[in-house]
Amino acid sequence: MWQTLYDELKDKGFMVVAVAEESRGAEHARPWIEQSNSTYWQLIDTEHRLSDLYNLVNVPQAVWIDETGVIVRPPETAGSTDHFRRMNLETRTMSPEDQAARLAARQAYLDAVRDWVNTGKHALAADAARAEMPKVTPEIAEARARFRLGVWLRDHGRTTEGDRQMDIASNLHPESWSMRRQAADLQDVGKASGPDFWKRVQALGDRPYYPAPKL
Amino acid sequence: MTVTILTPTDEHKVAAHDGLWMSAVNAEKVTGWTLKPEGMCRDERCVPLPPNAVKRGEVDVEAFWQKLGGPVLASREGDVWALGAPAEERNAALEGLQAPDFTLPDVDGVSRTLSELKGKKVFLVTWASW
Repeated sequence: MWQTLYDELKDKGFMVVAVAEESRGAEHARPWIEQSNSTYWQLIDTEHRLSDLYNLVNVPQAVWIDETGVIVRPPETAGSTDHFRRMNLETRTMSPEDQAARLAARQAYLDAVRDWVNTGKHALAADAARAEMPKVTPEIAEARARFRLGVWLRDHGRTTEGDRQMDIASNLHPESWSMRRQAADLQDVGKASGPDFWKRVQALGDRPYYPAPKL
Repeated sequence: MTVTILTPTDEHKVAAHDGLWMSAVNAEKVTGWTLKPEGMCRDERCVPLPPNAVKRGEVDVEAFWQKLGGPVLASREGDVWALGAPAEERNAALEGLQAPDFTLPDVDGVSRTLSELKGKKVFLVTWASW
């Protein structure tokens, strides 16, 4: 998905690191990775360690890091939009207007990455970056530990107990779509996009599923 | 008994009893903090232990970790534990704006570390199949 961008910018000191939040492991992610023909780093994160370290709640989210290792844009939605919420669920299609708007938003995001690499535009000053950083609460910290324990228990055949830990984790950190959907996917491939997911998306009302980046 | 302890980045198997009472050597292996007269210490920082959390050269790692402000969870049988990063530690790291370093494998098991990319602009992005 990011290969074109990487090809275009790789000679300008640019790198893409794509991390699969994928508790089913490398073999489950492999078909997508091979299909993408990517030459940037494609890493496998079975324990959602990146989400723990960077306080992420969904995929795709991106963090921009400068040449000195400093975060210049905190976690934000990476090119996805909420247009899918108006999709016709029977035909799985979006209106032509929504398809166009979705594509335009993605292009705008890719252009912003280009501008950053070429001119430094969109890199936030330290105070602004800090202000946009989502805060880790004690509930989130506990949810991360329970999620980790749940993945481990499931991985060792203790499915019921693992599911229970992951369920408590999701309830402690309801903003995390990644935890809840990963837990559903571990129960059954496809369940992450099942009726429970759509019910929760509908319950958002006016709130976004993918908050738009503030570019 | 031997317990499995999951920390944010590692997995340890150590001898422990009555919860997470273990030798100071094992406590250091698991937590990265060293038992000293002034408490548990790492780099320049020492955290005093509650008086009932150290006895005869052993440390109650559960009590210590809770003192640090980190979550401590156990499996029903008490054989697997998870020590989570304290919220304040995560917030301090993120507010410092230095990108937290990590090492993860690629699809063929080759380890990659973020800090190897110093000198480049890095677009760090997540995805998932689900």
